[in-house]
Amino acid sequence: MKKELKLMKGNEAMAEAAIRAGADAYFGYPITPQSEVLEYLTNFAYQKTGMVILQAESEIAAINMIYGAAGAGKKVMTSSSSPGISLMQEGISYIACAELPCLLVNVVRGGPGLGTIQPSQGDYYQSVKGGGHGDYKMIVLAPSTVQEMVDYVKLGFDLAFKWRNPVMMLTDGALGQMMEKVELFEQLPRETVNGIEKWATIGKTKDRERNVITSLHIQPDKMEEINLHLQAKYKKIEEEEIRFEEFAMEDAEYMITAFGLVARICQKAAMLAREKGFKVGVFRPQTLFPFPYKQIDSYTKQIKGILDVEMNAGQMVEDIRLAVNGKVPVEFHGRMGGVVPSPEEILEKIEEKFVGVPA
Amino acid sequence: MNEKRMIEEEKHYEEVIAEESICINDNLVYEKPDTLLDTPMHYCPGCGHGVAHRLIAEAIDELDIQEDTIGVAPVGCSVFAYNYLNIDMSEAAHGRASAVATGIKRVLPEKYVFSYQGDGDLAAIGTGETLHTCNRGENILIVFINNGIYGMTGGQMAPTTLEGMKSTTTPFGRDVKIMGNPLKITELIAQLPGVYYCTRVAVNNPKNVRRAKKAILNGFQYQKREKGLSFVEIVSNCPSNWKMTPVESNKWMEENMFSFYPLGDLKVPEKEDE
Repeated sequence: MKKELKLMKGNEAMAEAAIRAGADAYFGYPITPQSEVLEYLTNFAYQKTGMVILQAESEIAAINMIYGAAGAGKKVMTSSSSPGISLMQEGISYIACAELPCLLVNVVRGGPGLGTIQPSQGDYYQSVKGGGHGDYKMIVLAPSTVQEMVDYVKLGFDLAFKWRNPVMMLTDGALGQMMEKVELFEQLPRETVNGIEKWATIGKTKDRERNVITSLHIQPDKMEEINLHLQAKYKKIEEEEIRFEEFAMEDAEYMITAFGLVARICQKAAMLAREKGFKVGVFRPQTLFPFPYKQIDSYTKQIKGILDVEMNAGQMVEDIRLAVNGKVPVEFHGRMGGVVPSPEEILEKIEEKFVGVPA
Repeated sequence: MNEKRMIEEEKHYEEVIAEESICINDNLVYEKPDTLLDTPMHYCPGCGHGVAHRLIAEAIDELDIQEDTIGVAPVGCSVFAYNYLNIDMSEAAHGRASAVATGIKRVLPEKYVFSYQGDGDLAAIGTGETLHTCNRGENILIVFINNGIYGMTGGQMAPTTLEGMKSTTTPFGRDVKIMGNPLKITELIAQLPGVYYCTRVAVNNPKNVRRAKKAILNGFQYQKREKGLSFVEIVSNCPSNWKMTPVESNKWMEENMFSFYPLGDLKVPEKEDE
């Protein structure tokens, strides 16, 4: 399959990208609004590349199948939506500690609890700050278009193997369900990643020691050593993997910060604001871990204030505040429960919060 | 162990050996299997885990599949099983060993995969994963150690704790009106079409040890022939948490556990399938 342009639904485009990225297996459990991923894969994946697709009996089983197959050095992936991702948290913590590469996708819906099937960004804390037990980090990618959902599947696998770390794509129910034009990358071969024989459970040959995938280190000294190793790795990831996008920031006097789909709405709001004479730009972190603290801080000399917009009660805004450390005022506007903010309401907030702020 | 008890133990096994005449005149030299590592085991004296590990190692050696076998260790007393077997192994979260084994087997279908799980892991917290793995007929071997108690956490009630049996969480004995009945999960599993072979063995005497080894060998051989899931329950003892000597615990197991969990095959292949 060569590069091609298609009109595709986010969830299906992501599934097609997994096939084209040469993924070896997908284990998942249906949950709205991302069930199309499993449906698409069961329809096409095995026929196209021999990729293993298995509908698990629960998200708990799915994440542990991922743990087993990732431990065998294969390119594996699962996707779910908020309540299902909550169920996976124990497994994610094990995967992070055992340093297993895998791609996890959360097509976020509104919570807490069973919540709603409408889009939300309420799982920022869960993805970025922990979620499961212990000190661990996932690399978190936040796409804002269907195109990025496709590209981040490939990027996600690359980063997962580069760092031997779980990668989470944090998207939402709207991106998963909406159709957009996408450019699909060429079919990549399903090939075993070089070097995995050093650590993966693929059968112990005579020329090497046995490989053990575990997160259990009962001696405190050893467990601390593992923790220090993980922390050093996360620090390197912070040095090398920060990604972000700026929109109309060159001459901006006010900055909107937003991630994912909301950032696109904020771009529209910034354009409306500029029509009214307010110089507004948008800063969008594409990686939520590692987070672009320094890049945001670097704007504090240029801008007069920040409006952070999210589809939650204010989660990323805490990191924005950490980044600017009180140097400029940080305001917040959030919608919850599956409500998507409109450009007009964001413009209204900009006027409400910043018009009249002295230069 | 005092001298009197040692003599008693020896006498017990002499009786068992004499009675069941397991001595085969094959003049085998007792050696440590290649697949068994030299790491000293952490198991309590008299515990069945050590024997069960050895049998798996012997089976892997005899089938010459050391390079092609991947094991999955559970959470429970055998959490460190991977320290004793010289093969690639994966630790699993509590209860999820059969899901982890599924993940490995699905991406490495040509390899031999087994999980080794205790009663809490397999029949309480992991019941869902166990039943569905069996029901899908995953082409793996599950070795299930049932000693009716939670060993690692210090002797709490297990799903398989017998009625009236004391544990730290059933100090007056298991009251089935409150705690439900002991779960015969192996009988449940034997009903599932995906399960090709289901048997219950023990490692309390030489004859049963031989039978247990045969069952494990069967499991690996059926896996080679892609027959589906093999399930081997090993009824075992827990001297420490039953608060008995090894000899007493074996006797108690024979007298109490075997009547509720009878040894023998629950599901065997049809003749023409063999």
